[in-house]
Amino acid sequence: MISGRALRLDGPLVIALLFLSALGLVVIFSASGADWDVMIRQGIRLGVSLLAMVILAQVSPETLRRLSPHLFLIGLVALLGVLFIGVAAKGAQRWLDLGLVRFQPSELMKLAVPMAVAWMLTRGRLPPGFVTVLAALMVTLIPAGLVVVQPDLGTGIMLIISGMIVVFLAGIRWHHIMMLLAALAALAPFLWSRLDGYQQQRILTLFDPFADPLGSGYQIIQAQIAIGSAGIWGKGWLEGSQSHLEFIPERSTDFIFAVFAEEFGLMGVLMLVILYLFIVGRCLVMAYSTRETYSRLLMGALAMTFFFYLFVNLGMVSGILPTVGVPLPLVSYGGTSMLTLMAGFGMIMGMHSRRRLMT
Amino acid sequence: MAAGLHRAAAQPPSCQPGSLIEKAMAANDLPTGRTLAADTVRRRIRIATAVALALSLVLVWRFYVLQVSQYERYQTLSLDNHIRIQALPPVRGLVLDRNGVVLAQNTAVHILQVVPEKVDDLDTMLREVDALVGLTPGEISAFRKRLKKHPAFEKILLKAKLDDVQTATFAVNEYRFPGVTLEAVLHRDYPEGILTAHVLGYVGRISERDQARLDASSYQGVRSTGKIGIEKQYEGALLGRSGFEQVEIDAHGRTLRTINRNSAVPGHSLSLTLDIDLQRVAREALGNRLGAVVAMDPASGEILTMVSSPSFDPNLFVDGIDQASYDALRELDDRPLLNRALYGRYAPGSTIKPVIASAVIDAGVNPQERVYCPGWFTLPDHTRRYRCWRKTGHGPMNLHGAIEESCDVYFYEMGRRLGIDVMAKVLSGFGLGRITGVDLPQEPSGLVPTPQWKRASRNEPWYPGEDLITVIGQGFLMATPIQLAQMTATLANRGIPVRPRILLSEEDPLSGEKFSPPQTQASGQEADRVVDTELDQIIRAMTDVMHSPRGTGRASGRRSPYPIAGKTGTAQVIAIGQDEDYDESVLPKKFHDHALFIAFAPVEKPQIAIAVVVEHGGSGAKAAAPIARKVMDRFFLKRLQRAALADKSNDFG
Repeated sequence: MISGRALRLDGPLVIALLFLSALGLVVIFSASGADWDVMIRQGIRLGVSLLAMVILAQVSPETLRRLSPHLFLIGLVALLGVLFIGVAAKGAQRWLDLGLVRFQPSELMKLAVPMAVAWMLTRGRLPPGFVTVLAALMVTLIPAGLVVVQPDLGTGIMLIISGMIVVFLAGIRWHHIMMLLAALAALAPFLWSRLDGYQQQRILTLFDPFADPLGSGYQIIQAQIAIGSAGIWGKGWLEGSQSHLEFIPERSTDFIFAVFAEEFGLMGVLMLVILYLFIVGRCLVMAYSTRETYSRLLMGALAMTFFFYLFVNLGMVSGILPTVGVPLPLVSYGGTSMLTLMAGFGMIMGMHSRRRLMT
Repeated sequence: MAAGLHRAAAQPPSCQPGSLIEKAMAANDLPTGRTLAADTVRRRIRIATAVALALSLVLVWRFYVLQVSQYERYQTLSLDNHIRIQALPPVRGLVLDRNGVVLAQNTAVHILQVVPEKVDDLDTMLREVDALVGLTPGEISAFRKRLKKHPAFEKILLKAKLDDVQTATFAVNEYRFPGVTLEAVLHRDYPEGILTAHVLGYVGRISERDQARLDASSYQGVRSTGKIGIEKQYEGALLGRSGFEQVEIDAHGRTLRTINRNSAVPGHSLSLTLDIDLQRVAREALGNRLGAVVAMDPASGEILTMVSSPSFDPNLFVDGIDQASYDALRELDDRPLLNRALYGRYAPGSTIKPVIASAVIDAGVNPQERVYCPGWFTLPDHTRRYRCWRKTGHGPMNLHGAIEESCDVYFYEMGRRLGIDVMAKVLSGFGLGRITGVDLPQEPSGLVPTPQWKRASRNEPWYPGEDLITVIGQGFLMATPIQLAQMTATLANRGIPVRPRILLSEEDPLSGEKFSPPQTQASGQEADRVVDTELDQIIRAMTDVMHSPRGTGRASGRRSPYPIAGKTGTAQVIAIGQDEDYDESVLPKKFHDHALFIAFAPVEKPQIAIAVVVEHGGSGAKAAAPIARKVMDRFFLKRLQRAALADKSNDFG
């Protein structure tokens, strides 16, 4: 792929991403009840996202690194802005609806948090000392907290995961991990009490969805029926009775995997999981072969965060994780998350293409 | 075994800084930290890869369980899923007055609902629906607001109340509007409207704040909940229980037939102690003045009347009042939304004198002892004059006369002798400064001041002059009309307190089973008596207030076929200076005195106790007492009529 190399893109990764996105369009077409409008809109979003990927691939790792703290601060100010403007003026959301793609500071943070943490950790010696770990924790938790109070629990959790992956990859010592886990366990009752009633309910529902079949358990039960009734081979494209009888709420967005699994069965699930793992694996290989530490940390973190999107969404849809609003990456309807992810892949490929230029 | 070699190379420097190897590496011109770090990162990437693979296996295992192991179970469930379960909202319980007059009921109305994702173009749809049945700007903006908060597959309310013509017009054109449905729902209706607005409260659409508070599973299909008053207090009894309906649906999700139905259980109907007739009389007697009337049966505590003026139409709130109307109601100076009978805090003025008198007797003062009233009172060693309401003075006054003519100077002297602690004790004994325990939400407690309270809340000492201000029911002392009614009932019961209540009985409409609320404590128990003194001589004085030629309430006691015991009160709204006179004709209305009146009747075996407050009404005798008389007249007239009716039917029987 001569042109691909010129554009600093990675052939196998781009092909896998295009394949996955195309599959996403096919599933959205079905989930929307064969609505061409919806699919075309999503197609346009995909185009914009791919453009963003190509542009981001041209940015050098050194620039990314220099921009990291600034991007983080801009995101933080924007998050605070959302918090206050959201209270003061409700009309402020209108201009967002007009644009093709909506700008949300929390989306920016999905990239800025791992960048900032990687920037911070690579300024000092690695593996990081305990103080550095705590500082990285702050850089992660402050924006995540602001996102959680928006409220957007799903994105907040993903921000924490992305920040923690960087710390993990940077070589945080195992006994520090133990200490953090112990602190988390000690704080767990407090955090539990801070959750809203409905959030607690969602977690409890996990253990017994049939306790409240029409309320909080409804979505989980309906999604599991759709998935389970598909069997090995599935019911066929546009043939998912559960999806089309509208038993599954949010079937175009967070629960789109239930539609996919109903129509394509276990074989489809396996194929999709393998496709995702190929993308994650390809990125990890690229990270592995990149020499510069900042790039390597960021690439590894973005790849693993992408994996955790998949894991949390599939876990939620199949009923092994609580229902937090996390979309299926590159497949769920909605442009913002796709734009961020593609931008991230652009950055990964850009850093990889310059892996030999750095020390 | 590259990994092993790396590890071996990496470990010594981290154990022994400044070792040979580090020097060697520095000599090699390699950035030491970076290389070691790179190695660590690589190791961690390998671990992360393993984690991702392991977690993927968990997912695959989970899908294997769902799609292979439990395939048949879910297959069956999915076939059953042509059957959808729908919630059936329960019918909310009725609310009746004590004679069975309906105060709150449910009427069928038509509403328009929209499933946004099924509408091609929302703006066009709104324009066309507007052309057809008319939409107010408020309805459109409320709809757009809801649109943002709900997912696109949920039904969202567009128009709450369609009249018959609108319903028919839309029904014929419904085919043109996919995604817009016309539905018949039950709608809460308050036929007596403004007469019952404050006590009954109203239901409103379940807000986000309500959602956090309410248990979602009990509200399946329910759109509204009690917001204030009885509707809130007895939400649990009125709500009922949602039912479920299993319906078969076609491939488009349309209902084909009902398979199974688990009917909703209607809410209990409530009978209140209120008499809507008396409510109307009290309201009309208040007219357009601001104030409150509370009347109750002193023996049982049953509240016969609870009126607050001005009032509002609770029916406006049922579908969610639009913001402009709500703001208009809130921002009126008259505050029509406020239930003054329960939440209005007023200086009780002279209405507390009978209660103070009981403490005077308890303290061992001879009731015949006379205090000379020259029209003012000064504390020993002070020059400040505390004035009696009658500038020319009452002359020598004993306890009886001081109540009858409401002499302030007599009570100033008694206030000086008793001191604030004794007064506070007897006032709380009669229920002031404490919630009455009536079955309405969020009752305030009013205030009986004490030196400790003043120290704690204002960090100021208690001045002797404040004894005098308190004894005539002014200053910090604050009571609500329902507290004054309870105090009056306690006087009527000769010192035995009673807890006011509004719920008479609750009935299960299915079984016809009736429940009475549990009899509350402090009702008619001799042991609960709040004063040692027999109150007879105080009540005789209160009777003379109404029926003697010198009594302050004589105008309202005149020609009453039943003996009344009463006490007038007039509470200053602003302080009048030492050398100033209170002249109503020159003061703006908002500085006019509040008029108060309490009474019970008949004097022996009382059947009704009443408290009236008229804001800025001037004197209690002129403004408040006539209102109480009208309510009591109506009350006894109804008793007579009922007795006559009973006699007649006895004759025929």
